[in-house]
Amino acid sequence: MKSGTEQPARPPRAPKPEWQLRLYVAGATTKSVAALGNLRRMCEEHLAGRYEIEVIDLLVNPKLAAGDQILAVPTLVRKFPEPIRKIIGDLSNEERVLVGLDIKPVAR
Amino acid sequence: MKQSKKKGASARARPTQPVVAGAEALLGAPVPKAPSGIDGLDEITAGGLPRGRPSLVIGGPGCGKTMLAAEFIVQGATRYGESGVFMMFEETADELAANVRSLGFDLDGLVRDGKVAIDYVRVERSEIEETGQYDLEGLFIRIAHAVDSIGAKRVALDTLEALFSGLSDHPVLRAELRRLFRWLKDRGLTAVITAERGAETLTRYGLEEYVADCVILLDHRVVDQISTRRLRVVKYRGSPHGTNEYPFLIGAKGLLVLPITSLRLDHAAPLERLPTGIEELDEMLGGKGLFRVSAVLVSGAPGTGKSSIVARIAEAACERGERVLFFSYEESPNQLVRNMRSIGIDLERWRKKELLRVLSSRPTLQGLEQHLVVMYDAVREFRPAVVIVDPISNLTMHVDDTGLKPMLMRLIDFLKQNEVTGIYTDLISDDGAPIVKSQLGVSSLMDTWLMLSNLPVEGERTRALQIVKSRGMPHSNLVREFVFSERGLELVDVFLDEGRPLTGRRRLGAQAAADAARRGRSAAGAARRKA
Repeated sequence: MKSGTEQPARPPRAPKPEWQLRLYVAGATTKSVAALGNLRRMCEEHLAGRYEIEVIDLLVNPKLAAGDQILAVPTLVRKFPEPIRKIIGDLSNEERVLVGLDIKPVAR
Repeated sequence: MKQSKKKGASARARPTQPVVAGAEALLGAPVPKAPSGIDGLDEITAGGLPRGRPSLVIGGPGCGKTMLAAEFIVQGATRYGESGVFMMFEETADELAANVRSLGFDLDGLVRDGKVAIDYVRVERSEIEETGQYDLEGLFIRIAHAVDSIGAKRVALDTLEALFSGLSDHPVLRAELRRLFRWLKDRGLTAVITAERGAETLTRYGLEEYVADCVILLDHRVVDQISTRRLRVVKYRGSPHGTNEYPFLIGAKGLLVLPITSLRLDHAAPLERLPTGIEELDEMLGGKGLFRVSAVLVSGAPGTGKSSIVARIAEAACERGERVLFFSYEESPNQLVRNMRSIGIDLERWRKKELLRVLSSRPTLQGLEQHLVVMYDAVREFRPAVVIVDPISNLTMHVDDTGLKPMLMRLIDFLKQNEVTGIYTDLISDDGAPIVKSQLGVSSLMDTWLMLSNLPVEGERTRALQIVKSRGMPHSNLVREFVFSERGLELVDVFLDEGRPLTGRRRLGAQAAADAARRGRSAAGAARRKA
């Protein structure tokens, strides 16, 4: 898995989106693939057009682990809106992720 | 250049080889050891912690776990050329640096020089939401990164158990810890892992199941308002070790574990003598005085002149240009100087010349072990030829302090190993019975025992001195009378009257009579010659 920034449905050079999320992983393990998949799906569903996901692979950038106090992987960090929130695990429980990120599910 | 780098890397991959094979063989240690550099601990463990393996250090809050771990890292980096990583789960880097600085270690400097790496791992449950599966690869990566960045050989994890309160999935945590310890072993890292003491198990979360090579237990207890820290090696796989509880201290220069004795009894026994400065006493001691590097007990009831005798021994040593360290637990330095001047002993002169150092303190101020550390530090710094402790009976305020004898044993051993003659005074009651019960048996530690006593004879108090024992030399078995005069201390020739020694006025009377008789005889002889 590569580190990089994804900005779906946003034109370049736009101001930073309201939701800035960072996902820490260690290589392309089942857990990290699952976590990224779950995250993308939820974001598209609830935050479409208002989010940015940065994936950091600690195997590539081990130095970055200390900055956000990462010890478990995968860890999802909500950088913005503040305060910082952390969610660890493969994000398989959608309800808990939404509670953790403090996202109110959109009405269906 | 490239090749040497490769060589370094491969050496790092197999670091479990003993570094000092000779020393290991000498100690008969079957597992390779990494010296902790902590005074006393390496002695108990016959060389240090198991090299390339994790050791567990257990204790309640405030026991000194962090200090032990920190010193292990710092000593490794400064004395043994092994850089180290300190992973903290409770304290921040600043807090640790401040704590370690209090022991005289410059942690910041070591970090700057790339000899120590510190990482603070914060686990705050309230900030973490858990959903689904995870592992602790992030932690592994952080440790590995720190280790690789400085080529570390040592790792301290303090306190790993903080993870248990920070993460709720304990089965995962346990599996990961098992993996962590295996990983540390595979990397050949000598690690210290600290843990809280548990109520039913050794550690609160049963870490001893995973780290089984070496387990050290720290304890902190307060007895009669004086606190003592103790250390015990619970387990050390494949190595002999001391099994007792040993007092330890966090002194001004780091941790200090105090083994009861150095497991060995192998100090040198020089034949050289130490004159006491009292001619008649030297005569009683085989004509030459005490042995150097021996332990001498001077015991006596109040007012029998113990301090005076040891002060004279100190003065005589200074006159020969030797250094003397005088621990005075009853009198302040000025008091001692003034009182000794009254019997013609000028200690001030030697204090000014810095041959004599007098250290006074209230004995009850500190625990026995703390006294011992103060003494060790002073001896190491001043390097005296003679150490005087006046009196040992005042070091403890408890009637039966079982710690006194072991403490004296340690002091005697320490002084002998440093080739210092130790002279100890001891207060006993007038009938000769020890005032403090634990003093019984102290005499067996001593090489020479001078006993002073008050003999009331015909309404007159007389000071008497006898040599109860003096190992390895012929010595007088007479009880001598001992007087203070302007000329200082003197032992007076004994006058025997029908086999009984005469003392005080009766001696003076007998002496006068004998003199008169002699004069009479010589007068009669002169008269005869005249006639």
